[in-house]
Amino acid sequence: MTDMMSWLAEPGLTHYLLVSALLFALGLYAVLTRRNAIMILMGIELVLNAGSLNFVAFSRYSAGTIDGQIVSVFIIILAAAEAAIALAIVLNIYQNFDTVNVDEINRLKD
Amino acid sequence: MIDMDFSAIIFYIFAVIILATATFVVLSRNIVRAAFALLFTLMGVAAFYALLMADFLAVTQLLVYVGGILVLLLFGVMLTNRQVSVDIRSGTMQTLPAVFIVSALAGTLGGIIWSTEWPAVAELAEGSATAPVIGRMFLSSYLLPFEIASVILLVALIGAALIARRERTS
Repeated sequence: MTDMMSWLAEPGLTHYLLVSALLFALGLYAVLTRRNAIMILMGIELVLNAGSLNFVAFSRYSAGTIDGQIVSVFIIILAAAEAAIALAIVLNIYQNFDTVNVDEINRLKD
Repeated sequence: MIDMDFSAIIFYIFAVIILATATFVVLSRNIVRAAFALLFTLMGVAAFYALLMADFLAVTQLLVYVGGILVLLLFGVMLTNRQVSVDIRSGTMQTLPAVFIVSALAGTLGGIIWSTEWPAVAELAEGSATAPVIGRMFLSSYLLPFEIASVILLVALIGAALIARRERTS
């Protein structure tokens, strides 16, 4: 019991990884269950943040290098590009189908 | 009462903020409320970066995610829902299999993280700014990925403008 308490009192690598794993699971749940395409995008953002948090945590708790932070910067860059492109596609889909529910978009051509 | 470090208290406050608001994002039926909850999730992750001594990343997270991507998502919400009918709701599907898959995944990941013996590490030098180091690494050992990323951003910018543009009736 005292082991548990002292483990809780000192956040280390494990704590960050557990939060990150839960964040990843929540994001995946949004991707799997949501019908609205923009909600799926929000789930993807959660998953990307979880991955990025993992890299930064490993970078902090490794031997003095910050290569993990560099990878995190690239993740943020790719997330920005992905959000811009995906929202453009969603807007285009909305103009053509009048809906952004992914289960109703089932035609390639009119 | 156990004595807790000040940083430990901050860690738990932000962990609760991140997980609670992320749960709200996932479960809320109102998309606008989900987007605003996502704001606090992203801010919590930025605070985690600050706790992990990544000051440059924390600011970048605030600027790019909160300032850019979230506003973009809100634009998407506003442009793709009919405000007339005041129906900014979104349904869910396949809830039960998703709950099963996600809980299995979270249990597996948590078990692996819990049971792994992570190597003990030497403490990082406290309070050293990371921005100059990151800048130097970008222009030396990570030069090629850096250039590729800038080209990707340019391509994404042009592509998004081209895709989102309304087609002219010629």
